[in-house]
Formats: sequence, structure tokens, C-alpha cells
Amino acid sequence: MNAIVNLSELIKRKLGKTGLSSFNGGVHPPQHKLESTTSPIRPVPPPARLVLPLRQHVGNVSKLQVATGDHVLKGQLLARADGQVSAAVHAPTSGTIAAIDNQLIPHPSGLPDISITLEADGRDEWIARQPLDYKAMSKQELLDSLREAGVVGLGGATFPSHIKLREDARHPVRTLIINGAECEPYISCDDMLMRERAAEIVRGIEIMRYLLDAGRCVIGIEDNKPQAAAAMRAAAADSEVAIDVAEVPTIYPGGGAKQLIKVITGLEVPSGRLPSEIGVQCFNVATAYSVHRLVHHGEPVISRIVTVTGHVGHAGNYEVPLGMSIRELVELAGGKAIPELIMGGPMMGFNLPSADVPVVKATNCIIVPDSAMFPEPPPALPCIRCTRCADACPANLQPQELYWFSKSQNLDKAREYKIFDCIECGCCTYVCPSNIPLVQYYRFAKSEIIAQDRAREAADIARERNEFRLKRIEREKQERAQKHAQKAAGAKTEAAPADDAKKAAIAAAIERAKAQKAEMTPKNTEAVSPVVAAEIAEIETRRAEVQAASTTEARTEEKQSTEEAK
Amino acid sequence: MNRSPYISEAPSVTSIMLKVMLALVPAIAAYVWVYGGGILVTLALASLTAIVTEALMLKLRDRPVRLFITDGSALVTAWLLALALPPLAPWWLIVLGTAIAIVVAKQIYGGLGNNPFNPAMVGYAALLISFPALMTTWPAPLALAEFELGFVDQMLFIFSGNLPAGVALDAVTSATPLDYLKTQLTLNHSLQEITQSPIFGTLGATGGELVAAAYLLGGLYLIQQRIITWHLPVAFLAAIAIMAGLFYLADAGRFADPALHLFGGATMLCAFFIITDPVSGPTTPRGKLIFAAGIGIMTYVIRVYGGYPDGVAFAVIFFNICVPLIDAYTQPRVFGHDK
Repeated sequence: MNAIVNLSELIKRKLGKTGLSSFNGGVHPPQHKLESTTSPIRPVPPPARLVLPLRQHVGNVSKLQVATGDHVLKGQLLARADGQVSAAVHAPTSGTIAAIDNQLIPHPSGLPDISITLEADGRDEWIARQPLDYKAMSKQELLDSLREAGVVGLGGATFPSHIKLREDARHPVRTLIINGAECEPYISCDDMLMRERAAEIVRGIEIMRYLLDAGRCVIGIEDNKPQAAAAMRAAAADSEVAIDVAEVPTIYPGGGAKQLIKVITGLEVPSGRLPSEIGVQCFNVATAYSVHRLVHHGEPVISRIVTVTGHVGHAGNYEVPLGMSIRELVELAGGKAIPELIMGGPMMGFNLPSADVPVVKATNCIIVPDSAMFPEPPPALPCIRCTRCADACPANLQPQELYWFSKSQNLDKAREYKIFDCIECGCCTYVCPSNIPLVQYYRFAKSEIIAQDRAREAADIARERNEFRLKRIEREKQERAQKHAQKAAGAKTEAAPADDAKKAAIAAAIERAKAQKAEMTPKNTEAVSPVVAAEIAEIETRRAEVQAASTTEARTEEKQSTEEAK
Repeated sequence: MNRSPYISEAPSVTSIMLKVMLALVPAIAAYVWVYGGGILVTLALASLTAIVTEALMLKLRDRPVRLFITDGSALVTAWLLALALPPLAPWWLIVLGTAIAIVVAKQIYGGLGNNPFNPAMVGYAALLISFPALMTTWPAPLALAEFELGFVDQMLFIFSGNLPAGVALDAVTSATPLDYLKTQLTLNHSLQEITQSPIFGTLGATGGELVAAAYLLGGLYLIQQRIITWHLPVAFLAAIAIMAGLFYLADAGRFADPALHLFGGATMLCAFFIITDPVSGPTTPRGKLIFAAGIGIMTYVIRVYGGYPDGVAFAVIFFNICVPLIDAYTQPRVFGHDK
């Protein structure tokens, strides 16, 4: 019977009756959204103490603009974006900078990171807020204000939005997709935001659409959120631009950017590429909301909606000032700040290293589990190759093969079987009858591969430098010999050929450096989890530094040799 | 710190194995109806042997005995082998076959999940090569037998090899249709004459076709329960039907019609329960189609041209060898890749 239902679904979709496409696999975990959607979003007054990590986004750590002891106002810039791939950090309330040091952050590694501690003065006093007349300013100015307002993707990836909103002549964005799918169980912050602030979201979408000059704009909402869809539809109808609302089938991970793009447009983002390259750009509804707050109210990103659910007295959504301690938030919701707190959903979330970490821009949900909610899985059995995992994989991978390769550390094979296309959604583990923690094997294999690549690259650079050095020594020897010979012969005009050889060697070195740079394959940064993405970003920076160092070396060599020639 | 996902909805390996066994129940009932209760003795013997040898091997290999005994996979192997053997095979043949399946084909290769060959078919093939006469002596369906053995008689025969006084072996056995077909064709009898024998039923063998239908029913249940996918049975049955159909169309006097090949022999058991063993089979959808179609074609060829009346076991084992190759060449397109 199931098979017949599936088949008819499939045929219906193929015939395009719904106008929507689909992706392979996916799962239907219990939703558990009702617990947190019965009451409206509750505002949370700023607490006495806030901790604001300087890295709440993908990219460079923002540059500090204040010092300990400074008094700041609500909305004041505390740290400026450093370069393009970066975002600013602002004060969520007025008060005094108490400390700038390493603090524990909500990251699975449990490692501390540089943060600003702000003692609130209780006055909650705003800076002068200046709404933007965005059509009067240039698009670049508007993008710069987004960067300076700390606008990042609030769906969890926290990628700086101004980069994705930049028009690119090579890849014009035809379809702007606003992601309100929210496929993870338990999480309902986007749902509640859409229900309560649909008009504001639409105002934000209008600005995004204006920036990208996108022809079509679609808000994707899973069909388990009829109230949100109705609210968005009504708000979209009031807009002067055409905005569609697409109710997409409820299936996890239908809210993944690549999956939602596939469902709505039928297009697949090529592996290792960005959605913009197929003319699509995708933003979370909460990101659109922050764009609206900035442009129409002059407010930077200083708070976000967080779902607090599970074993708490008042499960629901809270509008939380960034930097508030999660312990305080959980206690405010009538729960105990137990060590097993989870940030994110049950499919892709992680255990917080401590309850004493701040709410950051990526904090969409805090689950307070009780002992029965997420029991330890039974002992893992061997894989029986039943391929339930492959049937569930939204990336259409063969998880059972990847498991085998990861387990045996056959990393080349794992890469060949496209392990970097794994989005770590957890569907494979969810359906595995042998209780194998598959995703953990993939995380391990990916980090091993990245480490291996890094080591290989370092070795390559070292080898190249050594070759260069040997060549230089050889050349110097020859030059000396030549000079002696010239002295002996009393002729001084024969230096030119040696000079040419030198130049050729330098040119060759520069060419090699360039070729190496070109060879670097783009990493699939879109599909990986924020953690891995951050790691990759870090590696890329380091790689760039090394590259720069090696070119500088080549240049120094050149300089030296020209000086010598003089 | 990152052990997500925290939730799971997977059935346990044990529950999958139990469903497979449940799916075999209609066929076992049909078996009892057609051949008498002796099959229950065979099943019990095979089950006991499987559990004892599995436990022993796990102990020897220093693996958790309880965890792996309760996964149910040994019992499934035992049942499949028992159902493939002639119903009145002597007790030691059953014990030996099961032991080979569990010890050699499964545990020596590393136990659950690691056997490259289908354990039941390895056990079956070993017996078929070693004891061809015993393995091809099938009891006549009760309806056709000159003497109808009761349950106790059957049990005595399995354990001692003795029939009730005055009953000859011929009175309780008969050739299977595929076997009979093969020998009669070599005597230059025409197919029309041969199929006049009462051992041929409407579709397959008299009685046997009922068991085959019960396997089909159990198999449909497994598909509905999403324990197996349609790919393997459909490709296998289609391959046999097409092969038999082509040969039948070419010369209906010498080649049996597709129905006999589909409902005779071990076709249905193979389609839904043997080639669907996930461990020794391919994992990709296209790979499954190739694997199953290959076994279907080879089974037919062995039946018609080979030295054995049925060819399922050898065909399965042969294609088990090909699985890594099939998988490697049939990898599906990954999301965001061209091919």
C-alpha cells in the first residue's frame, strides 16, 4: 500500500501537478513542534551580564573597536567586520565593557574563543537609530551597512549576508528563495517569526530582491506550518512586488538550502559550487527580518528568536539578546540547566560544552532533554548492507560504502565516493537498523582528509622552497665562478646570460606558485555543517597566508638578485 | 560532543529477521499440507544446529554471544536451507549443511555482515556436490504418493532412514518436474508427452506450485514492510520468464513454458528470500537489477543445459562473487554531480 502511495506521489510530482520537484530520500521524524508553538514569542529583557564572542559568523574574526572600561550604548558597534567575509558585533544593551578575554562558546569543540563581556547598566539606552533610505543610496553602500550591522544567515550557517546579496554580472540571480521550511524537529523559531512578523519579513525580502534584482521570489514553507504559510501569503499579497509562497512537502532535510532549491526550482546546485552559479540565492526568513530591522529601523543584529523546548516549564520562543547566558535562558523558561543541553535540533544539533555559554547568532534552539527523550542507542551491530541509509540519503550517496571506507581509513576511496557531498543531516543514522553512528564516521573521515590535505600542502611548499634554495645556491656558485673568470679575463660585459637564467628561474617559480593556486579545488563549503565550514575557512586563510609567504619569498629573491646585479 | 542525530526510528536487525521468518510461515504451512509434517522436524533440526554452531563460533572468535545470537540471522539461514533441502533428507545431512552454512560460509568470514556468499546457498551447494543422490530424492506430494507417510513415520525416516515395514522407497518418492523433464527429454520424449505425468500441476509441480505461491505471498509482505525492494524479485522473475519465453517460442516441443520455470523448482524461494540477502548482494538499485537478472539467466541455463535439475544455488554463488564489481560500476549519480 505504501509503495502504491509513494508511486502515485512520484507520478504526480513528475507530471508537475504541484509544480514542485523532489530529492532522494529524506525521513519523517516526529515533529515535536507543538510544544513550543502554543504561546507567542516572549521578549527577554537584557540580563545583567552578556558575553559576545567576536566570531559569531563564518569568516574572519571581527576587529575590536572598544576597550575594557568603555561605556557603550545599545546597538553600538563593538567589533568591526574584518574584510569582506566577516560581520560586525554590537552591544545588545547599554553598559560597560567588563572584560575582553577568552570565554567558552557554544561550539562542539568546547574550546574558548575571544569574547567581549558587557555589564549592563540597566538603562537599555539606544544609540541614535537612523533608518536607511535604501533606494537613495548606492547598492554598495547598502551592502556595507549590512556588513557593519552584523547581518548573517540566521538559519544556522551564519554566513555574512552582504556577500550573497552582491550582484554578480556573471551569475545574475533569477530566483530568490526565502527559506521558511524549518525541517528539523522541535525547532519553531522561524515558524513563530513568520506567524507574528510576516509583514516585516516581507519588507526585508523586498530589500533583498532589490539588491539582487531577482526576477522571481519564492518563500518555501513546509506544509506542516499552515498558519505561517497563511500569514506569509497575506503579507506577500500586500507587497508591491510579486512574492510567491510555496508550501513544500514536510520531509527532513527539506529545509537544507540545496534541497529546498531543488524542490522549488528543480535545479541542483552543482557539487562544490554556490547556488548563485545556477541563478539562485537562498536566505532564511529571520535573515530577511534582520535586513528589515536594519533598513527600516536602523537596528543592527543584537537579538534573535530562540526556541527553548523539551523538559521545561514554559516551552516556547524567546526573543533573546545575543550574549545572554544559556543557563539564564533555560531557567527563565522554567527548566534546569543540566549538562546535557542540546543546541539545534535532534538531527543536527550538538551537546553544549556547558550551560554557561552565550546565545549567539547561530543559536536557533535549545533543547532540555529528559532521560527518556534521547536514549543512548543500543550497541552497534555490523552493517548488513540493507541500504536503508542509501534510500534515505538526500545527497544520493551510498552511506554503507562511505562507512566501510571511513572505518578502514581508506580515505582516497571515501573521497572518490564523494564524502564531501555529505551534508551530515543524520538521515542515514536515523534509519540504520544496526545502530551504527554513521555521521560520526563521516565527520571523522572528513577531518582526516582535510588534515591530510593540509599536511600534503605544507610538504609541497617545503619541498618547493628547498628546491628553490638549492637552485639559488647553485646559481650563486656559478655566478661567483663567473665573476672570478671575468676578473681573470679582465672582461666585465658578460653578465647578461647569467642574468637571463636567473630571471627565468624566478619566472618559473612564480608560475609554479600560480599553478598551485589554480589547482586548488574549491571545497564544498555550502553543504558542510557550520563547524566544518568554519574549519575550512580557517584552513583557507592559512593557505592564503602560506601562498602569500611563498610569493613574497620569490619576490625577495628577485629583489636580491636585482640588487646583486647592480 | 557531537553525537547527533539523537533520535532514530530504525527497526532492529532482530525485527527485520523476525519479519523474514514470519514471511516464510505461509510457505511452511503449504509445505506441511503438501508433503506432511516432516518439514517441521527439518526446520527444528536446522535451527538447533545453527544456534549451537553460531554460539560456538562466536565463543571461539571471542565475540559477544548473546548480542549476535539474538540478531536472528542464524535462524533465517537455517530456515532457508531447511526449505531448500528435500523434505525427508536424513538428519545428518541437515546438520552438516547447516553447520557448513554457519561455520564456513558465515562465521569464518567474520560473522554477520561479512559473508561474501549466501550462507544457505553455500551449505546447499556443498551438499549437492557431495551427496547428489540424496539431494535429488524428493518425496512425492502426499496426494500422489502410493503410500502416505504420517508425521511419526516421516520423523522416523529422517532419523533412522527406515520406512514402515513393507513400504518401498519408490512408494514415497517421486521425481521433481524439473528433474523428470531433464531425464525424459534425454530419452527423446516430447514435452507434450512428458507433461502428461501427474507430477505436473497447473503452473508448476503438483503441490509445489502451492508452496511457490506461498513464497510469493510472503515476498509481497516483505516488500510491503520495506524489508526488501522490488528490484531483485522483479528482475529475477522477469529474466527467467523472458529466457523461458524465448526458448519456448523457439521450440515448444523441447522447452517447458515460462509458468513451469516460474512456479517450479526453487524460483519463488530464490526470488524473494535467497537473492534478497542484503549482505551478499549488491547495494545500488541498478546493481540489484543486474545481479538478479544475471542469476535468473544463469539459473535457466543450468536448468536446461547444466548437469543439475535446478541451478539456483550455483547461480547465486557465482553472482555473489561479482557483487563488488557490480557495485563499483553501478554507483548512482550523487546530488549535484553530472554522472
